Amino acid sequence: MMTSKTPSSLPRSSKRKAPPGRSTFHRVASGPLRLLTTIGAADLTERLGLVEPGRRFIYESAKAVTKAAKGAAGMLSSKMGEPARLSARAEPVLFDLTPTEEQELLVDTVRQFAEGVIRPAAAEADRAALPPSEILERAHELALPALAIPESLGGAADAQSVVTNALVIEELARGDMGLALAILAPLAVVHALVDLGTHEQQTHYLPRFLGEKPYAAAFALLEPRPLFDPAAPRSGAVRTRDGGWELHGEKSLVPLGASAELFLIAADVRGSGPKLFLVEKGTPGLVVEPQPAMGLRAAGLSRIRLDGVRVPKEALLGDGTENAATNGRAVFERIVDRSRIGWGAMAAGTARAVLDYVIPYCNDRRAFGEPVSNRQSVAFMIADIGIELEGMRLLVLRAASLAERSREFAREATLARVQCATKGMKIGSDGVGLLGGHGFIKDHPVERWYRDLRAIGVMEGALIA
Amino acid sequence: MMNLEIPEKFRSLTEQARVVADSVFRPISRKYDTLEHAYPKELDVLAALLDGLNEAGAGASVRSVSKDATTEANGDGAAVKKTKNGGNIAAVLGMMELARGDVGLALTIPRQGLGNAAVMAVGTKEQREKFGKMWIAMAITEPNAGSDSAAIRTSARLDGEEWVLNGEKIFVTAGERAGAVVVWATLDPGLGRAAIKSFVVPKGTPGLRVVRLDHKLGIRASDTATLVLEDCRVPKDNILGNAEIDTKKAFAGVMKTFDNTRPLVAAMGVGVARAALERVREVLARNGVPIRDERSLAQASALDVELTRLEAEVEVARLLTLKAAWMADNGKPNSLEASMAKAKAGRVVNEVTLKCVEIAGSAGYDEGDLLEKWARDSKILDIFEGTQQIQMLIVARQLLGKTSAELR
Repeated sequence: MMTSKTPSSLPRSSKRKAPPGRSTFHRVASGPLRLLTTIGAADLTERLGLVEPGRRFIYESAKAVTKAAKGAAGMLSSKMGEPARLSARAEPVLFDLTPTEEQELLVDTVRQFAEGVIRPAAAEADRAALPPSEILERAHELALPALAIPESLGGAADAQSVVTNALVIEELARGDMGLALAILAPLAVVHALVDLGTHEQQTHYLPRFLGEKPYAAAFALLEPRPLFDPAAPRSGAVRTRDGGWELHGEKSLVPLGASAELFLIAADVRGSGPKLFLVEKGTPGLVVEPQPAMGLRAAGLSRIRLDGVRVPKEALLGDGTENAATNGRAVFERIVDRSRIGWGAMAAGTARAVLDYVIPYCNDRRAFGEPVSNRQSVAFMIADIGIELEGMRLLVLRAASLAERSREFAREATLARVQCATKGMKIGSDGVGLLGGHGFIKDHPVERWYRDLRAIGVMEGALIA
Repeated sequence: MMNLEIPEKFRSLTEQARVVADSVFRPISRKYDTLEHAYPKELDVLAALLDGLNEAGAGASVRSVSKDATTEANGDGAAVKKTKNGGNIAAVLGMMELARGDVGLALTIPRQGLGNAAVMAVGTKEQREKFGKMWIAMAITEPNAGSDSAAIRTSARLDGEEWVLNGEKIFVTAGERAGAVVVWATLDPGLGRAAIKSFVVPKGTPGLRVVRLDHKLGIRASDTATLVLEDCRVPKDNILGNAEIDTKKAFAGVMKTFDNTRPLVAAMGVGVARAALERVREVLARNGVPIRDERSLAQASALDVELTRLEAEVEVARLLTLKAAWMADNGKPNSLEASMAKAKAGRVVNEVTLKCVEIAGSAGYDEGDLLEKWARDSKILDIFEGTQQIQMLIVARQLLGKTSAELR
């Protein structure tokens, strides 16, 4: 999909190696530009009917592309050696629920992708308990990693975008939660690297996410036991004599387990709390097994055993000072809280799918001589889905908008999680109920949404908004 | 650009309302709950204060829907649209704080009646000037017509330059204390809702009588009256909206008021629910019960889980209310969102206040604590300005694309 139309006069870093076949320009401008070239590409355009948003996007992206190219040139020379961090968004003045034009455009594009590509593949991927690689490749054309990676590292992000991330997650999950998780799993690792990674970790790993092909990676936080507390993982990391780390423990429901090249694994370091470790596929002691579950099956869920996995000291995400400092726990909790915003957005997206499905179904389905939706017992269930869905979205957006301004958002994220877990599950259950017996059979997607929406209160990590 | 925080410009408004709630309402809250039907004269001072603030442009009015709105590009990028934060947001924010103090008293602040909202929403410039300074109640319900407001039988007949009104109205909030009443009446009972119009009837108009004051479960500080209209004559110009019977725009004029008042009632719900949650935490703390707002509820106590769940529900109600008000400020049709906010806030405040009594135990059930009062006050918020079921009907019809004939 990526054709190299790169003008050679654009800045090029001599210090970093560009991934094969890709110029710096592409990396620099990859967010908007990749989206632009993607949408401009005739086949996808025709397949998805993306012409109109595409055109508007082309117009809007031109400036951004130039700006990104200039910005990167400056930053690369001045900030070598320092990790690149995304700045916090400015404080808006007024209460506002209007997405920016950029957000609208992105949401529009992702929505069409979710409708046209994700939804039709969802049932089969659920059965196979694996994401089809073709879907992941086509999702890669959306250039989501580039939108998360700072300009100075070849991406197109200029500030934290938790609201945009939440909106994208919502739209993907409206297509299918399992496939959405498969698409979003690598992004969790990207977000963590951008937020916490050292310069070396960032330059080592982030370019891989900007390549021609999707780079599979996953964030493993959850562990297989009741009453799991993400702030207190039982997996542990101990120092080795050579200064590296040895990891023990078990992680569950890790997306893309079979294909991930890189895992971000949460483990407790005795005396200093939970930390995150970058562990590459194939490291001795790292055992990955399929773990098909009730739902989210298309994400290729896996169990990971850490049987004395030895990694070098550089595998610890972030520099030592940051992790040793008293804010180490706060940094970790921020990641957990952003993950919960992500799961809240997933719930809102799939709940929306339920609502969109039950409305025409109950309007068409007749009983006692009229549409079943003419009955209050049916109509009120649907009204309730609408009300609770709107509430879930607002809680998620509030936590997200605080997060991207670097304000405290722990309580808001907790409230969003509680509400989305409870009401999301209820909506999943009502979705099946509204179709009666037909809801229970696999001819309709509501039974899948029922299974997927149960995941919200169970999942931790795996996804970051 | 998305922002769900309360803007700085409303800070003085909410702080003033909070002061009123804490230092004017709370100290007399129990007194007027006990002395039902006694006029809370302490509020006259407050009304004067509010008038002063309004004239000084401080925007502290909780009911009048001001036209003042600030428009700003909310963000640093060029691709950001402009938004407005105006009178509707100010009104719900003020109401959340006042109702946190005492919702019965908030309902009986002179010159802040529901009728005022109707006049402000649908009145002409002349009507707003003429009646704007009065305290105006709203009279819709009749002995045989509650939620089915199309079934009202109070009649209006044009006789020369005057409307002649006849009928009986019940459940009129501030019906005794207000200086005027907005009366819903039909021009022709045979024509259904299209023929329903509203009229401003000043107190003292011959033929208008207060015949009864109700004894209630809650909001006892606020008077609820039964009014009788017998050949009651008002000037032709006192009709709100036009006198045409337009069957296509059935009800449009009179129902439009609800888009502004339902978020206000939802805001009352948010305020009362917050009062109860704050209070129950105080009671627990005073009794040495530890409350931890844990990130991970898996290991939290049943009490922590319950309080967090209730807080999330109140937060949903609050944000739905703000959304409905924000839409009104920005000229977006908001009847769906207004009903969503009202439905959610009504059931949440009822659940929260009743649950808080249970958590506090006998101390919460005792008249010595306001928790029991709020648990009584809250029920009306799920009933007036459209019951829970009416809000659900409105939401369902909009989502399903159904008429009121299809989904009854």
